[in-house]
Parts: sequence; C-alpha cells; structure tokens
Amino acid sequence: MMLSCKETTRLLSQAADREIGFGERVALRLHLVICKGCRNASAQFKFLRTAVQRLSLDESEEKPA
Amino acid sequence: MRDAATAEDAVQEALLAALAGEANFAARSGLRTWLTGILKHKIVDTIRRQARERPVSDQDADADAREFDGLFDERGHWETPPEAWEQPEGALGQKQFLAALEACLRALPERTAQAFMMREHLGCETAEICKELGITATHCWVMLHRARMALRLCLEKNWFGRT
Repeated sequence: MMLSCKETTRLLSQAADREIGFGERVALRLHLVICKGCRNASAQFKFLRTAVQRLSLDESEEKPA
Repeated sequence: MRDAATAEDAVQEALLAALAGEANFAARSGLRTWLTGILKHKIVDTIRRQARERPVSDQDADADAREFDGLFDERGHWETPPEAWEQPEGALGQKQFLAALEACLRALPERTAQAFMMREHLGCETAEICKELGITATHCWVMLHRARMALRLCLEKNWFGRT
C-alpha cells in the first residue's frame, strides 16, 4: 500500500492530468505526510503550471501590437 | 512550438484566419480573446500535422517511462530528495526567469514539449492531447510526467540552485 517516491512523483503528475481514484488519493496523501522530498516535488510541479501560464499571459500581452 | 519558423507560420495563419473572419468579429467579446482562440486552434493544427508526418512509437513510450529511474534507488526512494525552492513566486515577475523557463522548455524533446504546452499553456484536456499527438492516454501521462521531471531538474540547475 505504501508508495515509493518514484511511484509518488508519477501519481502526483497524473493527479494534475486525470481524476485519480480514492485509493490513489489516500496513498498519495499518506506518502506526502512522511516524505519532504516528495512534498517539495509536489510544490514544484504546481509552480511549473503557474509559471507556464505566466508565460502565456506575457505573450498575449505582446502579440496584439 | 519548437522552431521559430513553425511558430511564425502558425501566427501568420491565425492572423489570416482572423482577417478572413472579420465579419464575425463584432459578435465576439474581445479582440485578444478572439485572436487567442484562433491561435490555439492553429497551434493544435500544426501539432496535428507534425504528428501525422512523424508518428510516435511505443518504444518511445518505454524509453520515456524509464528516463528518470536514475533519480531513485532500487527501492524507489530518492537518491537526492528535492530541496524546497526559495521564493519561487518572486521569480515569476523576473524576465530572466521566464527566459530560463523558455530555455528549459526548448531543451525538452519536441513531442514532450508539445504535450506539456498543450496541457499547461493552452489548458487542453489529456484526451485532446492524445488525439492530436496520436498517442495513448497512458503514454500521454508518461510524457507529461517526463516534462515536469525534466523542467524541475532544469530550473533547479539553471535558476533555483544558482546561489
């Protein structure tokens, strides 16, 4: 039941792209509670999304000119 | 989009489409929203065209899935656990940071970058990305994971780990 860090990063990524199941969500939560490395990776994945969207904002501001 | 010429073509086609459809414009809410909508379709068109010309193989999917195995030991634990990034929000306002991010995106394999940009930049659903790139949902998730892992490492190397 306990996920490895490798499985956790894979599931973290999938959670951003598909509806993950209840069991998967619980397993993910459990692992994140005990693993700082994966918590950091999780925060960084989320940050990547924000950063790439920022890229989009900047571009659309320059394009109509 | 990988090379500047392809991107320029996409933008040009979008503008032509915009001019051709000028009559419809009055009915639309705003120029930018309207143009962005057209541009998105054009980018997707270009990606679809490329996917048809050079299909992705299942072999690629296997290689993608294994690419980051080296970061973990045989039990699947981090060899070097990721450290927290300091004040990542502060980086968002900096032009140099956005340039570093773009450089990291350009360093990704072409299809991986396309899948990632469709998902995170254009906000496409996975199903749409799979369809356009002609890959399975599983391969799509593998590609997106690969993109996030590679970008994480790249930004750590070129930005957050500098000091």
